[in-house]
Amino acid sequence: MQRLRHDRLGMGAVAVVGVFLIMIILVSLHLLAADWADERGAHYANPTFLGPGPDDLAMIEPPPGKMLDLSAVDPLAPHYAQIEQRTRQLETTQRPRVRTLPFGGDRYGRDVLAKVIKGSQVSIVVGLASSLVATLIGTLLGACAGFFGGRVGDGLEWLYNVFTSVPYILLIFAFAAVSGRGIVSVIVILGLTGWTGVYRLIRAEYIRHANREYVRAAQAIGAGPLARMFGHILPNVSHVILVQLSLNVVNFIKTEVILSFLGLGVSVDSVSWGTMLNEAQSELILGKWWQLTAATLFMAVFVTAFSIFTDSLRDALDPKLR
Amino acid sequence: MTSYLIRRIWQMIPTLIGVILLIYALFTLFGGDPAEIIAGQHASAQTVEVIRKQLGLDQPWWVQLWIFFKEVLTFNWGNSWATREPVSHIFLTRLPATLTVMIPLFLLTLVLSVPIALGVAYVRGSLTDRLTMMATTIALSISFLVYIIAGQWLFGFELSWFPIQGWTASVWKNLAFYVPLPVLLAVFVSLAPQVRLYRSFFLDEIGHDYVRTARAKGLSERQVIFKHVLRNSLIPILTDISLQLPGLFVGSFLIEVFFSIPGLGREVLLAVNRSDYPVIQATTIYLAVFTMVINLLTDVLYKLIDPRVVLR
Repeated sequence: MQRLRHDRLGMGAVAVVGVFLIMIILVSLHLLAADWADERGAHYANPTFLGPGPDDLAMIEPPPGKMLDLSAVDPLAPHYAQIEQRTRQLETTQRPRVRTLPFGGDRYGRDVLAKVIKGSQVSIVVGLASSLVATLIGTLLGACAGFFGGRVGDGLEWLYNVFTSVPYILLIFAFAAVSGRGIVSVIVILGLTGWTGVYRLIRAEYIRHANREYVRAAQAIGAGPLARMFGHILPNVSHVILVQLSLNVVNFIKTEVILSFLGLGVSVDSVSWGTMLNEAQSELILGKWWQLTAATLFMAVFVTAFSIFTDSLRDALDPKLR
Repeated sequence: MTSYLIRRIWQMIPTLIGVILLIYALFTLFGGDPAEIIAGQHASAQTVEVIRKQLGLDQPWWVQLWIFFKEVLTFNWGNSWATREPVSHIFLTRLPATLTVMIPLFLLTLVLSVPIALGVAYVRGSLTDRLTMMATTIALSISFLVYIIAGQWLFGFELSWFPIQGWTASVWKNLAFYVPLPVLLAVFVSLAPQVRLYRSFFLDEIGHDYVRTARAKGLSERQVIFKHVLRNSLIPILTDISLQLPGLFVGSFLIEVFFSIPGLGREVLLAVNRSDYPVIQATTIYLAVFTMVINLLTDVLYKLIDPRVVLR
């Protein structure tokens, strides 16, 4: 921990990640960007610093001159009075659409800044949760395979081979083909396909540690296999687990963005960095660059900061450098 | 060597069975009802029943599993549920397009990333090294999608250096016109992770004792790095290449989607969106087989490169 503190760049990265985490906590509590789906701006509203664009929402002026009387030929003529009465009963509220939004608006006039903040929450939560799931599965399986060896180890090796013989993207596609859309689906898909890297490392660590003296000593004082695996060995391999966890977060966020872009990720009524990039694709031709920039900027800042944080974490926790 | 090969091939069988079981279980337990998917949204209950009988879905699960095995072994997956095109025909026609893009991409990345990584390893610790690492970290954090979107807009639309999209039936015309932009963008994106990876391989090698001996013997740093370290780093580089090869066949589906290239990756993506199970199943299983074969070939190749390797 102290070594992490001395690494300036690492601490800077931690600060940036911290800011993002605070942001997503606020979003989860609906204190921030809760109105992201609100279509309050003009279509493709300009960002504020660019000034308002052409006003295509302005009312079209009716042509001058008297209105023609068509009651002689209009089949609806007998119903004019009834129609008039009915329209008077209806109440419509026309909220004036804002001409500019802080970061611009998308096709429907939704605030890009609110969308990108909400999208950050979705993408980061998916990344964190799926990384937790994958690391959990990988650790459990790796611990069992490394500690017990024998038949259990062989069986888990077989499972590992099965999962790694299929190209990763294809495996994700296969899982996505049979599952619905949505945040939970994506977390499950990524978690169930991404455990293999952690498994291999943890298994190697457990094989190394299983015959060490301290484990034998624990066995001598009566600790059962579960206690030895998770009470004694686990704290000694926790640095590997932590680093893998952070690495996976970055990879899963990038995969989630691609999945959401293709429409296989989060559902249509929610927003993520991937869906924003999907919309940005057709907007660029029209000259509207703000959604692309916002999503790219937020994603780049977070992923870079998290990667630097992972590198610093790995350097700080590496026992060989102690 | 022969006994090693036979033993490895023998060991592939349980894994292959496992992949078949996994795909079968995934699609049967969690996928939708195939009869309903084929029949479409407006079919009557009768049509669905007839289709069920045709597909053999009313039979017990072990019979269906056996039918599945037979499909795998005879490469006869029937027709695609969405387009009624025979699955084998889909493979044969889409694969050339994928390979036309992926092979130049693969070769170009290899040819560029090894020298760049070697150069960065040569100047390790210096400002160039750290700036390059920082640049690659930032470059990696921007999604591939952004590169494609921005690149397509910049080079295709604004500057008109390349056509934005397109494909023809002639391989040479494709290579001349439609392949350059996607390959350029993809190479640019894959350089960052590859350079980082190869740099770490080279740095590992440089830490070995024989490098110290070579320097003590009086060899120039250039000879040490470009002759000895490079040769000894070939094993991890080769492993990395063999890991990438199966991916070549799925292709970068993103590139194929963006540039409307009729390749296998795009086909799989379409199949996922249309719940076209035979195509997904066939691709997954055959690529698993391909991966295992490539792994075996790589292990054999190790022996050729490094005579000290003992294949057990």
